[in-house]
Amino acid sequence: MTSITPTATKQALKLCSRLFSKTPKSRSIIRTSNALASNGRRSYVSETKATQATVNVESAIKADQRAFLQKTGVKPKDATMPTTGMDADVMMSPQAGILKQATIMDEGSRPIYLDMQATTPMDPRVVDAMLPFMTGLYGNPHSRTHAYGWETEKAVEQARAHLADLIGADPKEIIFTSGATESNNMSIKGVARFFKRSGTKNHIITSQTEHKCVLDSCRHLQDEGFDITYLPVGNNGLIDMAELEAAIRPETCLVSIMTVNNEIGVIQPVEEIGRLCRSKKVFFHTDGAQAVGKIPVDVNKMNVDLMSISGHKIYGPKGVGACYVRRRPRVRIDPIITGGGQERGLRSGTIAPPLVVGIGEAARICKEDLEYDSKRIKALSDRLLKGLLSLEHTSQNGDPERFYPGCVNVSFAYVEGESLLMALKDIALSSGSACTSASLEPSYVLRALGNSDENAHSSIRFGIGRFTTEGEIDYVLKAVQERVTFLRELSPLWELVQEGVDLNTIEWSQH
Amino acid sequence: MAAATGDKALQARSLYRSLLRQSKQFAAYNFREYAKRRTRDAFREHKNETGERTIQDLIQKGLKELQVLKRQTVISQFYQLDRLVVEGGESGKQKGDEGGIIRQKDQGWD
Repeated sequence: MTSITPTATKQALKLCSRLFSKTPKSRSIIRTSNALASNGRRSYVSETKATQATVNVESAIKADQRAFLQKTGVKPKDATMPTTGMDADVMMSPQAGILKQATIMDEGSRPIYLDMQATTPMDPRVVDAMLPFMTGLYGNPHSRTHAYGWETEKAVEQARAHLADLIGADPKEIIFTSGATESNNMSIKGVARFFKRSGTKNHIITSQTEHKCVLDSCRHLQDEGFDITYLPVGNNGLIDMAELEAAIRPETCLVSIMTVNNEIGVIQPVEEIGRLCRSKKVFFHTDGAQAVGKIPVDVNKMNVDLMSISGHKIYGPKGVGACYVRRRPRVRIDPIITGGGQERGLRSGTIAPPLVVGIGEAARICKEDLEYDSKRIKALSDRLLKGLLSLEHTSQNGDPERFYPGCVNVSFAYVEGESLLMALKDIALSSGSACTSASLEPSYVLRALGNSDENAHSSIRFGIGRFTTEGEIDYVLKAVQERVTFLRELSPLWELVQEGVDLNTIEWSQH
Repeated sequence: MAAATGDKALQARSLYRSLLRQSKQFAAYNFREYAKRRTRDAFREHKNETGERTIQDLIQKGLKELQVLKRQTVISQFYQLDRLVVEGGESGKQKGDEGGIIRQKDQGWD
């Protein structure tokens, strides 16, 4: 160490002397080295004062305000900014703007979801099962020549098995479709057109409370020359077995009655209908979109020949459904979609592995948790119904015994349903099926029950599902109680009712 | 699982704790509440399980669910939405050091 230091200094000195001998560069170096010595830091730019680099918020806002007034002619505090609902003054003061925005964003503002009959959220477990098929496993399940096809085909077959297991069927009897609407169309039109070819049977029986897609399929068949019987329902929403038996003729080819109604949740006596249809040798189709995965369903016990299943009603993905088509005794149907002959030729077109895996996983979870979920939904439903019916002048629509507890349809007399829905903006509810929610017409299902227009108008459907919590039910009860009372206070009819006037006796003056 | 051997009981308890801890990570209110409740109920349902084989199977199932939870909570955190109205009251990120933000907002009147 001692030997190194002197040599190092010697070398540095030698370097310096060599540099110093040169002119004029050497001078500048001397100067900088002097500056270095005095300040302790180098600077190549001239310095400015700190105040010149900062913005005075107050004066900046004042300038902005002046400019705003000049441009628009109104003071910023009187102007409302579009989309935010804040005044322009708030937008100009940075702190105030941030604080106001923060309160809005932090506070919950998303409505509670209570419309499980329209659709259900996808279960995270279903998403987890689907993700591999959206990323790496992208093979066409019908490709038999390579491993990409084999792995997706295996997954699709497994999903089929899960779904078949849920309804007690054989995996070969499951046909994947794009949803329950397609399944309904396929079943009704398929069976009818197949029989039309043989030219013997041309009569179909359905009920008045069916889903729109069943009714519409029947209407189309009517145009093709079929005879359709629309069975009426009792005021509890159930069909009369004697009436059904009387309606069946020798030329009847199909009976289509839904298992669980989508608006009022009543469970039709499917087992008895199935037995009757089997004894009369008539095919029986049931729309099980609202029933599968929610109540125990067994196609063999119920003697169902065709059944429609929807993916997004059982916490699966939207855009996928299935149709159960019995093989023994064989149900022959005329396919609507023809082509490559996939799905036994009944529904051609490449099936979507991510969606199919999703519906399969959803079915597996439903089968596993059926008991747990129904117990919980029953408890929540009881709590909700008890709370709602404790209000005066409220009534439940549909049979109070034979209904699926996840669908609670209640009428609030002397309140307009749509205005109640508007008042309950913090709760996602519906007055009927999602398909008809755009129109203000009263629900045709409630009309079929024999309810008056007023009653049908004032009905609201509450859908409870797997992810509904007690907290949400309590919130809903409180909100409904408050707002129904509020709306009734506004109503002159309510005042009359409170005074004991029977509304039916009033003679309204013409105008 | 009380009757099981000490090792298994320990394993089950640790699994229970990790499942609950992971469940809390869901950004979506409904999924978070469901995951917590389902975990609690599933363990309660099987608390008196004695069969060595069944316990092993159940723990395996729980571990699989834990993996799903770990993946799905991350996804849930990526796609966060507004909080639900029912989550209101004390909510949101805590700003500053002092606790107790309580806000109330009336929904649906206007």
